[in-house]
Amino acid sequence: MSKLSAYFGEFGGMFVPELLVPALKQLEAAFSDAMVDPSFQDEFQTLLNEYAGRPTPLTLCRNLGTGNNKIYLKREDLLHGGAHKTNQVLGQALLTKRMGKSQVIAETGAGQHGVATALACALLGLQCRVYMGAKDVERQQPNVFRMKLMGAEVIPVHAGSGTLKDAVNEAMRDWSATYEDSHYLLGTAAGPHPFPSLVREFQKMIGEEAKAQVLENEGRLPDTVIACVGGGSNAIGMFADFIDEESVALVGVEPAGKGLQTSEHGAAINKGTKGILHGAHTFIMQDKVGQIEESYSVSAGLDYPAVGPQHAHLAETGRATYEAVTDDEALDAFQALAKHEGIIPALESSHALAYALKLDKEVNNQIICINLSGRGDKDLAHVYNIIGSNNLGSDAS
Amino acid sequence: MISRYDSLFQQLSEKNEGAFVPFVTLGDPDLDTSFEIVKTLIDNGADALELGFPFSDPIADGPTIQAANIRALEHQVTPEDCLALIQRIRNYDQNIPIGLLLYSNLVMAKGITPFYQDCAKAGIDSVLIADVPVHESKPFRIAAVEAGVSPIFVSPPNADDDTVREIATRTRGYTYLLSRAGVTGTETQAALPQNKLIETLKLYHAAPALLGFGISQPLHVKQAIAAGAAGAICGSAIVKIIENHLDDKQALYSHLGEFVKEMKAATRFSD
Ligand SMILES: Cc1ncc(COP(=O)(O)O)c(C=O)c1O
Repeated sequence: MSKLSAYFGEFGGMFVPELLVPALKQLEAAFSDAMVDPSFQDEFQTLLNEYAGRPTPLTLCRNLGTGNNKIYLKREDLLHGGAHKTNQVLGQALLTKRMGKSQVIAETGAGQHGVATALACALLGLQCRVYMGAKDVERQQPNVFRMKLMGAEVIPVHAGSGTLKDAVNEAMRDWSATYEDSHYLLGTAAGPHPFPSLVREFQKMIGEEAKAQVLENEGRLPDTVIACVGGGSNAIGMFADFIDEESVALVGVEPAGKGLQTSEHGAAINKGTKGILHGAHTFIMQDKVGQIEESYSVSAGLDYPAVGPQHAHLAETGRATYEAVTDDEALDAFQALAKHEGIIPALESSHALAYALKLDKEVNNQIICINLSGRGDKDLAHVYNIIGSNNLGSDAS
Repeated sequence: MISRYDSLFQQLSEKNEGAFVPFVTLGDPDLDTSFEIVKTLIDNGADALELGFPFSDPIADGPTIQAANIRALEHQVTPEDCLALIQRIRNYDQNIPIGLLLYSNLVMAKGITPFYQDCAKAGIDSVLIADVPVHESKPFRIAAVEAGVSPIFVSPPNADDDTVREIATRTRGYTYLLSRAGVTGTETQAALPQNKLIETLKLYHAAPALLGFGISQPLHVKQAIAAGAAGAICGSAIVKIIENHLDDKQALYSHLGEFVKEMKAATRFSD
């Protein structure tokens, strides 16, 4: 494998203190090496199949939507750990061992990446500490408990907004003191090179499988592929194998929170501007002098004021489009999937679903493929607090 | 024209002294107090200044300097305010070298070229961008040099030989020698001495090395200079004094003054 490019057009790069450059270069070398090492690929594949439960199914919705289109769900919610996060975490955990490191640092928003990291570390005998914004610790209690059960140390971060951005800051600070023994297992396709490329390569089986599954069922490619976008890992994993298929529309869905016209959203591509955050030149939410703004979303996993650089590039070149969905629309989609298909999706994935349901009303005879990136167990208490149980209608009781 | 750093290092070496360089965050805790603080640093013997623009996400900083950033941002201190403050400082002292330390997004938001032009206008001698390593620095350092501002690069203890050589070639004015891994703060002391890295930098004709991170006592300054550094940069220990005297300005200035005097005294190597 040739040396990876650090840039996607003008986006990306390695904007970190000089001190972290050797650690990132070590990671890049280990990754390039592993990608052409059959024994690494073998071990990764075995873990994916026999431990995590790949391939995940593709489910055709029976009841949801207008009936005018075929709506498929790529079932990453069925993956061990409850979300797509497990895929790339297994890859990075194997790289950690390959680099001879014994400790793993991670940041987490929804707690899904923390859970995935904790389970991989338990499995592979790595020490694990997870930074999590204090606000997220509160709204994602079940995942905090899961991480602890699997032996991870969970460190609440009170700085700033107490969400994912602050957890990333703290993880990077930790790493800059401990890189000799620790690997920073970043949870999304963002951050400094090589993370955006590495995470994409360890997630792209989602799209590869989905493509083969749609082809087998339908004898043709899907018309539209949809995924939610926090930092961008499930979306890039879903998109990667479709990027060269010009006929397939790629749609990323950002969190519009309380509305794009308000300041309470996390739509870095739709409303952000170019800048540098967490090591990459990309679209970020910032004020006019360059201070980073706090993002907001009902879904902790999408509550991040930047986006991975490859998505910035796909948006800039027009290869993918990025829509935004509000909290309320996502909450409606969350309930609709539960009620009509018997699947409770993660609030993050509910954003992708909500956009698909809008699209379904506008088009006919399309094949729409949604990445259902995770399951909603972690969100139950949070959603209950928002909608209560009495809003569900009589047929729910 | 000989740069302020060059003439400082020349004068100091004639006197057989090292440089003591304090760091503070501009606008901490507010703009007027910040000016008085910097004046106190100058009046008590600081040889050069390292000044930070407050930023929302200072990933290279430990808790002390993070808190300083937050205090300044709570007072709505903007980069424009900081430039005006630096202009005031420059008017107060025409000769002291003034270095700026900040994060890349503040440069990007202004635009790289206008940013360095503003710096030159305000009387800034050097700019260190904490999250731009030398291999990403091309557009920044070109604009810096064009505007007459010295780009500063950090030489960390873990860099390979090629990187150290590149840093030595690119840095102007001085070289920021990192004493240890980690973020700023007195929680972890400087790892001393750094003789080997200092020798390597000299071999590559790098600008004089100032040792930073974890410098909090006169002994650290002495050790840095004994190891061959041209001086030491002290941030968190200074900012801690600010944090500890927020309600008593007079006590703040007198404690700061005392501390700077002691640290400066440790740079005199006649004994
Ligand atoms: C289920 C699920 N989907 C999506 C995301 C968003 O992350 P990304 O954009 O990296 O896929 C998260 C993040 O926590 C998640 O838990």
